[in-house]
Amino acid sequence: MRWYWIDRFLEFESGRYAKAIKCISLAEEHLHDHFASYPMMPNSLVIEGMAQTGGLLVCEHNQFAEKVILAKVPKARFYCDALPGNTLVYTATLEYIKEEGAMVSCTSYRGETLHAEAEIVFAHLNDARVNSLFDPETFLRMMRLLGAFEVGHAPDGTRLKPPARLLGNSPHSDGNGQKHG
Amino acid sequence: MPTKDEVFEKIQSSLVDALGVEEEEVQPEATLVGDLGAESIDFLDIAFRLEKAFNIKIPQGELFPEDILTDPQYVQDGKVTEAGLAELRKRMPFANLDNFTKNPVVQDLVNLMSVADLCRFVEGKLGVTE
Repeated sequence: MRWYWIDRFLEFESGRYAKAIKCISLAEEHLHDHFASYPMMPNSLVIEGMAQTGGLLVCEHNQFAEKVILAKVPKARFYCDALPGNTLVYTATLEYIKEEGAMVSCTSYRGETLHAEAEIVFAHLNDARVNSLFDPETFLRMMRLLGAFEVGHAPDGTRLKPPARLLGNSPHSDGNGQKHG
Repeated sequence: MPTKDEVFEKIQSSLVDALGVEEEEVQPEATLVGDLGAESIDFLDIAFRLEKAFNIKIPQGELFPEDILTDPQYVQDGKVTEAGLAELRKRMPFANLDNFTKNPVVQDLVNLMSVADLCRFVEGKLGVTE
């Protein structure tokens, strides 16, 4: 199982907010045990999905130059259950970004219904020992896979693109994996 | 310009949100680490909430000067030197360092910061006197 807890970005405004969807399927193994008689999306994995939505927003704003890790969840409230067949829409809004870290506020909607709210704090690691654990290209690949560059816009309204410095070793020359000449 | 009481109330509210503690636990004499359970990452969160609550900017190291505590010029054998203490008093005029100076073990500094210290820090930045 891959550790992807969002399926696709719907919107991605650099430095402002990102919106992603999570489609819940009864085929997901974790629902077989959570719970056997009442399969529902675990709240902890909803937080993880929100953190992936917000974490990539922070990563992209930093041009993938910082090692962004989930540091704390000061607030998380859940108002209803998310069940197989539901689609959750996560919105992460950047509250602040500083040298040491960043915070996003998040919502999860099930249709028109507010499903959950959370605040998530990320830390920027600067310890040289952890460099090998965080390959910027991993996050770039994740952004591509989730379609962020297809829907994203830069602050000036232009199309969102990966940083040029990361394209040198990449088989792709633009955000959508289109190889040019 | 807020009063000292208003500064305390906003700081109380910020700490309740950042640390998940009850409002009545946040008293002036409470220490952030020892009494309210703050961890290092919480200082980033607290600094942000204070910035938002009071519309101020708190550059890294202003609330808690980590750079002094990692500078060999100011630290020897795990303790802050006289020169380091002088620098801390200059950089942290809002903090009561009396107890710390008796046995200035580096790790203890963060444990001593209290809610009252935070209030004085914000009052100093805003110029609150009443």
